[in-house]
Amino acid sequence: MSAGPAGPVDGAEGDDTEGDDGWEPLQYHLNVDGTRRVVSGARLEESLLTVLRERLGVTSVKDACEQGRCGACSVLLDDRLVTACTVLAADAVDARVLTVAGLGASGPAARIQAAFLAHGAVQCGFCTPGLVVAVTDLLGRRPAAGEQEIREALAGNICRCTGYGRILAAVRDVQAGRAPGGSGAPGGSGANRTNGVGGA
Amino acid sequence: MTGRAGVVGGNRGVGSSELRPDGAAKVGGAFAYAGDLRVPGMLHARTLRSPHPRARIGRVDTAAARRLAGVLAVVTAADVPGVATYGLISADQPVFAATEARYAGEPVAAVAAVDAATARRALAAIRVAYEPLPPLVDPGLAAEPGAELVHPDGNIYREITLTHGNPSAEGPVAVEDSYFVGMQDQAFLAPEAALVVPAADGGLDLRLATQWLHSDREQIAACLGLPESLVRLELAGVGGAFGGREDVTLQIHGALLALATGRPVRIAYDRVESFLGHPHRHPARMWFRHTATAAGDLVSVHARILMDGGAYTSSSPAVLANAVTHAAGPYRVPNAQLDGTVVRTNNPPCGAMRGFGVPQVAFGHEAQMDRLADLLGLHPVALRTRNALRPGDVLPTGQILGAPLPAREAIEAVAARPLPPPLTAAAPETALPGGRATAATHSRVRRGIGFALGYKNLLFSEGFDDASTARARLALDSDGVPFGTVHSACSEVGQGFVTVAGQIARTELGVERIELLPADTGIGSAGSTSASRQTWMSGGAVHGACVAVVDRLLARVARSLGLPPEVVESPRRSLVIDGGEIIGTETGTRLPLAEALADGGPVEAEYTFHHRRTTALDARGQGDPHVAFAAAAHRAVVDVDLDLGLVRVVAMALAQDCGTVINPLSLRGQVEGGTAQGLGLAVMEELVTVGGVVTNPTLHDYLLPTAADVPALDFVALTYPQPGAPYGVKGVGEAPTCTATAAVVAAIRDAVGRDLRRVPVRPVDLVDLSALADPAGR
Repeated sequence: MSAGPAGPVDGAEGDDTEGDDGWEPLQYHLNVDGTRRVVSGARLEESLLTVLRERLGVTSVKDACEQGRCGACSVLLDDRLVTACTVLAADAVDARVLTVAGLGASGPAARIQAAFLAHGAVQCGFCTPGLVVAVTDLLGRRPAAGEQEIREALAGNICRCTGYGRILAAVRDVQAGRAPGGSGAPGGSGANRTNGVGGA
Repeated sequence: MTGRAGVVGGNRGVGSSELRPDGAAKVGGAFAYAGDLRVPGMLHARTLRSPHPRARIGRVDTAAARRLAGVLAVVTAADVPGVATYGLISADQPVFAATEARYAGEPVAAVAAVDAATARRALAAIRVAYEPLPPLVDPGLAAEPGAELVHPDGNIYREITLTHGNPSAEGPVAVEDSYFVGMQDQAFLAPEAALVVPAADGGLDLRLATQWLHSDREQIAACLGLPESLVRLELAGVGGAFGGREDVTLQIHGALLALATGRPVRIAYDRVESFLGHPHRHPARMWFRHTATAAGDLVSVHARILMDGGAYTSSSPAVLANAVTHAAGPYRVPNAQLDGTVVRTNNPPCGAMRGFGVPQVAFGHEAQMDRLADLLGLHPVALRTRNALRPGDVLPTGQILGAPLPAREAIEAVAARPLPPPLTAAAPETALPGGRATAATHSRVRRGIGFALGYKNLLFSEGFDDASTARARLALDSDGVPFGTVHSACSEVGQGFVTVAGQIARTELGVERIELLPADTGIGSAGSTSASRQTWMSGGAVHGACVAVVDRLLARVARSLGLPPEVVESPRRSLVIDGGEIIGTETGTRLPLAEALADGGPVEAEYTFHHRRTTALDARGQGDPHVAFAAAAHRAVVDVDLDLGLVRVVAMALAQDCGTVINPLSLRGQVEGGTAQGLGLAVMEELVTVGGVVTNPTLHDYLLPTAADVPALDFVALTYPQPGAPYGVKGVGEAPTCTATAAVVAAIRDAVGRDLRRVPVRPVDLVDLSALADPAGR
């Protein structure tokens, strides 16, 4: 075995050494789940996903494709649903980043999480944090979304285990629980409603 | 089945829809997957892979990489201290390619550096002298006598010739055709990852995502030249598997780097590496000839199956055995000649994926059954019910089919389900093939309905004793409340074993609180989380261990109560645990469980569960190779855009032979997920290779079914108890994956009237482009 020359041995996650390409390490702040976090030694081209996971240790945001195709790293950026892997971290400096952990222990996200559990919408669970963020976003904007609209809205979040049936059941359950006092009864919003609440 | 019927409220034992114990951590993002593990001072590892499907390797110059600041170690084939190769069945896969790379993506070197960016730069600094050679990528050519050898062990992994009855017998009605199945990937969502920590005793502690801890340990230890006792594995959070984590991928590389540096090493793949790093589902070329009587009774089935195993063995021999022995489907076939070959090529290695050789042949035999029905003027369901296997029938291997196997009931049940309403002009564009972006014109959409019936073997076959060991313990917690502890090395990959194990322990130990210890190599093997086997095998081990604990406790109580020796011998005849008490069934005496445990101390037992013995196949493909089977039938309804060749799967119905149901909610999750993966193979999932090089190793180009692609599943569970299994369970994960593909393609055929002989079905298979090329047609 060939051990190399000793480098900066105790380099933690964020302590990237300056490379041959002469890049300038950046320092900036991110507002993550309501907390101001310092990012240092970062490279400009790093995605929000990379900075969250590898520099700030926010591992609840999952890393599965790095192309914006699977939705596992879904977060809210100033209340907009984004895939953290396709946003430059440096572009998020003045924004509020909300991950699944920052959605709150009560309120809509907690109801969504409880429904995911109760309906068996979680198997391996790797897609779940991103899906909880995406469903929170969807039901915040379109509380009475119909089946087809829900399916289209969640099509950016890949789940390989469940076949989506239990996820859809969980979303409908949250909608049903919200309907009595909610802003719109299911089907009342002009959405492409094709199936009744509580089906399947 | 919708879930909770028959379950007493508050019951958290067997038969309840108990929720996952890891669920709260998973929905909140706190659950630690292998890729989330971090320890202070750890290094980051990356793997260098051959870009060539076949190349002679000269010098591997790592000097420049080693000189980079922050690079701690570079390892190549020269640095493997133990056996240079590994593998599940045959150790023919090099830890690193030494003199020849045999597939594009084969590891050549690995580096450990202080961070991932430095590790990436180090890879770029390694100079490998490749001499590219013409790759052998056509499995047909690889199988030919005199073909150039891809590997010194030869190009044939296995060849099976199965002769049943009189293969020359022929019915008056015959259908014959060839079929192709493309390379599917497991595409579990969490890419491979492990954290390897060197220990003071010269050994290693690995925390990783895998399907089979003990198999990994055996292979890692052999390549490191260490005794297995010094290689300790603990399961980290696993983000899906589906067969793709049965083989060793990054484990040995990470271990070598940890030993070389004396530092913890995090080794992890990104999506591209994941696609290149693990074996895939075997592509298959298949020819079938079915003959039948004019009334529609099958007379003979002939099949020739050629599977591409890629560059290294993985589980190819076992996959082929499954394909060949299931090639006639779940039908009574008096005469058969079923031949198969799995070959070595310079394509990516193929191995285990959900269904394990059966989805391929199910696509073929079900296409044949539809053509036969068409020729005979029978409904596809009628032909299947007429020929469906019944317990007691002789399978092509000579094996007598055991009970239960409700194949006929499954296809009848699925055919009886209500159909979705027809497509109307009022349907929104999102309900049409192509969706919002490329929605079809209503008048150019055709609907089709297709059926498929299949069966899948359960547990390991051909004489393999894939036993599972578990340990259980009853003790008092610090508050004096009895609780149970269960220890098993079963890999929880998402399927819900942790839930099932708790339910079984709760039922058998009679206590509410069960703690499941981490799965690790501190206990005997649980076998692989594959082959639909863990609820049966490790569920059986947990059941056996818990039963033994209760037996010991009751015997102890019987002794202390001064009961006669015959009661001490078989205490369950006179004592039961119920509601936290030990109750004398005849005497009516009641002893709190807590008191019994306080008096005599905790009770512990270990149990190893074995399934019934099976046998290998003989030279004519005869034997008793499979422990048991599960049947499944799907009906698919599709809409097809005749102009763009786009398919929308409108509805799926499934009837499945499930055995006793331990957890209705988990069962539903398994069959819905299995159906979705079969749907994916039918219409979108294919890892495409050109000259041996994968051209789409990303989730941008390898398409997975989304929520907009997978319809709700109308599910009927057939719940006949399986003899020999704890509570009468059957494995449920694989059967639906075997039939979904065939049913969806049958529905597309029904819609468009074309022979579709390959999956996935592509738009170009559905649209006649020649009309576009004809100037007169414009």
